[in-house]
Amino acid sequence: MTSTLKLAARNLLRYRRRTLLTALLIMLGVMALLLFVAAAGSFKQTMIGSITDSMLGHLQIHRRGYTQSIDNLPLNLNLQPGAVSKIESALKGDPDVAAYSLRVKLGAMFSNFTENTSVRLNGIDPAAEDATVPALRQRINDGDKAGPLVAPGKVLIPTLIARGMKVKVGDAVVLVVTNASGSVNGKNFVVSGILDGVTGPGGRDGYIHIDDARELLRMDKPEVMEVAVRLKSLKTLAAVQQRLNAKLDEIQNKEGKPATELHLWSDLSPFANIVRMIDMMTLFIRIMLVAIVLVSVMNVMLMAVYERIREIGTLAAIGTQPGKLMAIFLAEGLLLGLAGAAAGIALSYALVGYLNLNPVVFAFGREQITLRPVLDLVEVAGVLGLAVLVSALASLQPAWRAARMDPIQALRHV
Amino acid sequence: MPLIQANNITKNYRVGDMDVPALKGLSFEIGEGAFAAFVGPSGSGKSTLLNLIGCLDHPSSGTLKVNGTDISTLSRSAAATFRGEHLGFIFQDFNLVPVLSAFENIEYPLLMVRGWSPEKRRERVEKMVAAVGMTEHAHKRPDQLSGGQKQRVAVARALVGEPKLVLADEPTANLDHDTAYRILNLMKAMRDSFGTSFIFSTHDPKIMGEAELTFTLEDGRLVQEGGAA
Repeated sequence: MTSTLKLAARNLLRYRRRTLLTALLIMLGVMALLLFVAAAGSFKQTMIGSITDSMLGHLQIHRRGYTQSIDNLPLNLNLQPGAVSKIESALKGDPDVAAYSLRVKLGAMFSNFTENTSVRLNGIDPAAEDATVPALRQRINDGDKAGPLVAPGKVLIPTLIARGMKVKVGDAVVLVVTNASGSVNGKNFVVSGILDGVTGPGGRDGYIHIDDARELLRMDKPEVMEVAVRLKSLKTLAAVQQRLNAKLDEIQNKEGKPATELHLWSDLSPFANIVRMIDMMTLFIRIMLVAIVLVSVMNVMLMAVYERIREIGTLAAIGTQPGKLMAIFLAEGLLLGLAGAAAGIALSYALVGYLNLNPVVFAFGREQITLRPVLDLVEVAGVLGLAVLVSALASLQPAWRAARMDPIQALRHV
Repeated sequence: MPLIQANNITKNYRVGDMDVPALKGLSFEIGEGAFAAFVGPSGSGKSTLLNLIGCLDHPSSGTLKVNGTDISTLSRSAAATFRGEHLGFIFQDFNLVPVLSAFENIEYPLLMVRGWSPEKRRERVEKMVAAVGMTEHAHKRPDQLSGGQKQRVAVARALVGEPKLVLADEPTANLDHDTAYRILNLMKAMRDSFGTSFIFSTHDPKIMGEAELTFTLEDGRLVQEGGAA
């Protein structure tokens, strides 16, 4: 095996320029794929982190049908205390759940005593919300970032409303709400912070204390509209979803059907479509890499076989078995792919290192994204394996041709 | 038992719809330790006969035994094994592997065909390198060697596996007169040292005079067999 590889390496070096150009092509393909995956991965992680850590959580539980009308913030599709209790019990019993937050969601009229506008609000328990969406606090661009997220009688408002209504931290405002039975209720609040907007649903919501929300809605029972859940690791999402679904199915309505529904962050955020698009692009780049390696290695190996017909005849004449001849050419293609891919990987690590030292910052919607690409070892191993496998496949036909060559014809070749 | 026994062998080539006979019923025997030549003009069938004896081709009819084995019907793989174990080849154009040094070219059959251990290989190759007088040039690649030196390496490569028979197709055709004689003398010396039989083809009357046994072919037929012409 070693001698075959050694001979293959020498044969590759026989045509240095051609080998170098082909390896360079493979290197560029591998590098393009790895850099795209690393950069896209960083972008995805940043965006998913921003969405899940600052507003959505990793998954959410609602009363069945609530998400269909979530834009209207319905008040008649609340989770009743009994259901909430069972949900809490299921969440507390799951080892992969890190935290959860009960939310009362409502639409309100926001008044600064001279102008009115509408605002979407989340009534939250500050400690639970902090644990569930820890990055929400980082969105407070003006106001107290260190204390509780929101205290009773205080409101966190989105930048858009603060700017449009010319309201600043410390100003008194009034929130007026129409409850489920149609009665109107209002309450004075003090603006305790102004939130940066983020892309996605809930990215421009305000926050008040859950007790204030229930008071405004005149709830006589501790109902909630939404349970946001944070997991210890996003990798366990599918497993937790499966376990929770099994438990949530036990909470049934009067018709004996499941009363709740569970959604992953990707079901709730339009960014999931962008993620799918990025994944699709990655697939296409992967296909392009396969094509590059396949065409370039096959071309080189076909040329190698054609140029060495007499040599093949000689080796066959002196007793080299067809399988050994095939192995010599397969090894050449394999080494070529390996060398190109290894160089591509090395260069990718260097470039990723450089990009981490000098990060690229760009605006995506209202957010500033700082790309900090990371090369995943599994991805790197996969790309290396792919390049080597495709190289071997590309060499198969030329190698087979060499092995099947008639020694007499080969020796006569000029 | 003779080393080669040919009994009424024929070889036809298919050209379009026609069978063109290249060998027409040849029968002969060659004993061990022979230094024989197939002679005759171009197209007489010398190379075809060497190819049949070298298991590179099959006769169309007749039987051909080399070292007691009927090689007429060997499969591709079995023929390769037979060549690797019992035969050596010397080519007109030397046919050395350009990426290997002289030492490595000689070593190739032991490494890639026979699978000998490194120590055994080194010992044997060093012996062969010395036997053909190439010790000083053993590390050189073929493009750094003269024609005569290349053919010396080719002779060593053919003999390194201790074959019973070495086949050489016009081994001196690309060499000058003096070098050609030196190579023939080297081949004879190797025959004397190792007991290996040599059969070569040539159309050069001076070279054929060096053979101890000649088989003259004309138009695919054996027309004369005997001592040196």
